[in-house]
Amino acid sequence: MVDLSINCGGIKSPNPFWLASAPPTNSAYQNCKAFEAGWGGVVWKTLSHPIMNVSSRLGGFDYSGQKLAGLNNIELTTDRSVDINLKEIKETKKLWPDRAIIVSLMVESKRETWHDIVKKAIDTGADGIELNYGCPHGMSERGMGAAVGQVPEYCQMITEWVTEISTIPVLVKLTPNVTNIQMPARAAKAAKAQGVSLINTINSIVGIDLDTLQIIPSVAGKGGHGGFAGPAVKPIALHMVSQVAIDPEFNLPISGIGGISTWKDALEFILLGATSVQVCTAVMHHGFRIVEDMIEGLTNWMSSKGYSKLDQIRGKSLPQIDSFGNLNLLFKTVARIDQSKCIHCNLCYIACEDGAHQCIDLTPENGHNKTVIREKDCVGCNLCSIVCPVPECISMVRTDDGTSEKTWNNLVQDFRNDGKELTWESLAEFQKGHGIEIH
Amino acid sequence: MENIASKLTQEQYEKNFKELHPPFSYGAALAEASRCLYCYDSPCMKACPTHIDISQFIKKISTDNLLGSAKTILKSNWVALTCAKACPVAVLCEGACVLNEKGDKPIEIGRLQRYVIDNYFAKEMPPLFTKKPSNGKSVAIIGSGPAGLSCSAELALLGYNVTVFESSDIPGGLNTWGIAPYKMRKEDALKEVELVKTFGVNVKTGVNVGIDILFNDLYKAFDAVFLGIGLGESRALSVNGEELSGVVSALDFIEQVKTEEWSSVAVGKRVAIIGAGNTSIDAATEAKRLGAEEVMVIYRRSSQDMSAYNFEFDLAKKDGIIFHFLTAPKKIVGKNFVEGIECIRMEPGEPDSKGKRRAFPVPGTEFVIPVDMVIKAIGQEAQNEFIASIPGVKFVNGMVEIKPDTYQTGNPKVFAGGDCINGGKEVVNAAYDGKMAAHGINNFLNN
Ligand SMILES: Cc1cc2nc3c(=O)[nH]c(=O)nc-3n(C[C@H](O)[C@H](O)[C@H](O)COP(=O)(O)O)c2cc1C
Ligand code: SF4
Ligand code: SF4
Repeated sequence: MVDLSINCGGIKSPNPFWLASAPPTNSAYQNCKAFEAGWGGVVWKTLSHPIMNVSSRLGGFDYSGQKLAGLNNIELTTDRSVDINLKEIKETKKLWPDRAIIVSLMVESKRETWHDIVKKAIDTGADGIELNYGCPHGMSERGMGAAVGQVPEYCQMITEWVTEISTIPVLVKLTPNVTNIQMPARAAKAAKAQGVSLINTINSIVGIDLDTLQIIPSVAGKGGHGGFAGPAVKPIALHMVSQVAIDPEFNLPISGIGGISTWKDALEFILLGATSVQVCTAVMHHGFRIVEDMIEGLTNWMSSKGYSKLDQIRGKSLPQIDSFGNLNLLFKTVARIDQSKCIHCNLCYIACEDGAHQCIDLTPENGHNKTVIREKDCVGCNLCSIVCPVPECISMVRTDDGTSEKTWNNLVQDFRNDGKELTWESLAEFQKGHGIEIH
Repeated sequence: MENIASKLTQEQYEKNFKELHPPFSYGAALAEASRCLYCYDSPCMKACPTHIDISQFIKKISTDNLLGSAKTILKSNWVALTCAKACPVAVLCEGACVLNEKGDKPIEIGRLQRYVIDNYFAKEMPPLFTKKPSNGKSVAIIGSGPAGLSCSAELALLGYNVTVFESSDIPGGLNTWGIAPYKMRKEDALKEVELVKTFGVNVKTGVNVGIDILFNDLYKAFDAVFLGIGLGESRALSVNGEELSGVVSALDFIEQVKTEEWSSVAVGKRVAIIGAGNTSIDAATEAKRLGAEEVMVIYRRSSQDMSAYNFEFDLAKKDGIIFHFLTAPKKIVGKNFVEGIECIRMEPGEPDSKGKRRAFPVPGTEFVIPVDMVIKAIGQEAQNEFIASIPGVKFVNGMVEIKPDTYQTGNPKVFAGGDCINGGKEVVNAAYDGKMAAHGINNFLNN
């Protein structure tokens, strides 16, 4: 039996799938419907000071006919009053005692204001608090959101105002619009938060209408930067989550966010150290119903691999993350084409010829071109296998025997030990000794 | 029969009967699945008589969640493999796909469904459903066709003790016997029976209720009875010469093609099929694929009035079948065996309330078409006698009368579904009936 339940810094839920603080978690109606569909937790749409949203606040990023590869927004925090939200949170928690409800908060940088809202949030019976230091637009101009998240000292100070009075777990939601994500994460830890959530949205302009020359989305002829989310941000989010997860100074639970649409995406975040995962854009696209596949898919994967608890897999891919200098230079793969699967589109040829190392030959055969890899010239870059449209047609095959290892760091050390200088010539000598030919 | 068509090589038979819609490869299934828009409350789902959550099962293919996908399909339809292969998808789910409206090719829903269920059966059916604990009540199901199987599966999961009585030695009903081999092979239908058996359903084959065991004994021994008995004999043409050697019924012919070696099924050189429904097309194309030289469909009304689907009509035309519309058989000529069929030209009259035009013979237009075999495909009779023997069960227009929401017959303990209540529709309708009747039975036994 697979058990998907988690404990994220003291916030427990029956599965790791939470809704991120955003339009899908705006109201009791939506959050109850989400729980009905199977979501393990919700981070309520951020409560804040009185605000108003503009009409026309989203912009979609389509790629190659695929809708919503990314989503840009200039929406602010909730535009419903704090009192209504608190009342609904309380009612929802009563109806769904086994699910996690986390209240997202963002108020001005005054200790009393934070104390006041934190107490109210706790009174609802919610399971945790998330501090929104991420919103990149609108709120930051008012000294909140990303304006706090981008300065570790502010982040620590305000988080302390919260943790000093909170009786429930506090997660700090981080903005990705920083150069080193480890800094705000450490600040959250120093302020005694129970964990962090990341990433919030990335500063973006999603596009320009080429007929009207208006920025998208256009608000009566004006626009500006918004926050970018959805599938396109996943690789960035995965990186940031991994950076926080491998930081020995951090070592707290992480709620992973950014471009999660399927159980596979979620699993990748978990393998890189996330305890819970949060979803926004995918639900804005397809509705709460996607969680059924997420729960089933993750459960099936776990049982097919013999795992029964998420603890067994959390962070399992992290030990592989290392610096470039520690990668083995003598590891060698080459591309092999399964001719029986090849449909003769020649995409591998043109990619390698113009975009890589010119090691695929085209030989006319039976009225089409046969693509043949010159293995001795193949550098094993993966490009042809990435562009090939037929699954499993081009595979990358390891050709070294796995017995020799030499990393860049080793190599530099060797040169140093031998009193040799690192020059193109000395490097060529090393390469020759290992049958590596650069052309 | 004389003038038997010459036998083909086994290789040629295999080629003639090869699948019309071959399975998807992994890559092709993935590519097709990712074309689906994942519509909400999708028109395809609404067009499916069993309301399979199609966009959800397709989405799950695209995430490699094939077990979850199988669960989504099966919980709505217990004979989903048969449906994937035999449903007229062009007029159901695929016909409703929004991509048609967009000007694109609709998603190949049938083939995707088959991909999922093939995979599930190949994996030896890992359990996806949990049975409720036994409630001590028992239900007898008569007939192991799609209606009976669906009803059994649903009831077994609800905790009932279910016994299926099947007169034939091999279960599955028309799913096993009645579907053209280029659409589906017998083995697929039997796998669906196996699936239902994994829920603890007891399938007794070779037991003819009314002969081997009295209906009344079943009625007394079980808490409820479900009739999934289908229809009876093929309808007679009622013309002279019907008794000649070489006159067969479409269902017998189709069953032979499905169960015997193709080389041992006798087919004439020139074959006439009477009637123009989907069964008639099956018989015509099968006769052609067995090696008949000339195959024709004779139908007394016009092409607009025939009940065969357009895509079936197209298939027949591709196979070189000749259609004689507005032509009615008057008698079958021959001494001991069929030598020809005497027909008369017809003229269309005014459309009736259903829009179907009756046709009237044009006097003096008789003519004889030389043929060696006549296949009757003008429908089936109901199981009149059997049904008449059950007290309370009412019969209207040759169909068992039921309450539409509960599938209960005039006898409160007896429920019915499938061809016996609708006069002969698709597998998928029977699958839905069986499932709904199971809930009717459950409500009845819990009140
Ligand atoms: C329209 C919109 C409004 C959002 N509002 C909030 C908010 O009020 N508070 C917050 O913490 N994050 C907000 N977010 C960010 C999301 O919670 C989430 O961090 C981000 O969308 C990345 O996840 P995704 O790729 O699954 O969409 C919003 C996102 C969108 C698209
Ligand atoms: S096609 Fe119509 S129903 Fe579908 S998303 Fe667009 S507007 Fe909505
Ligand atoms: S209608 Fe077509 S596109 Fe929409 S869900 Fe059904 S199969 Fe997919």
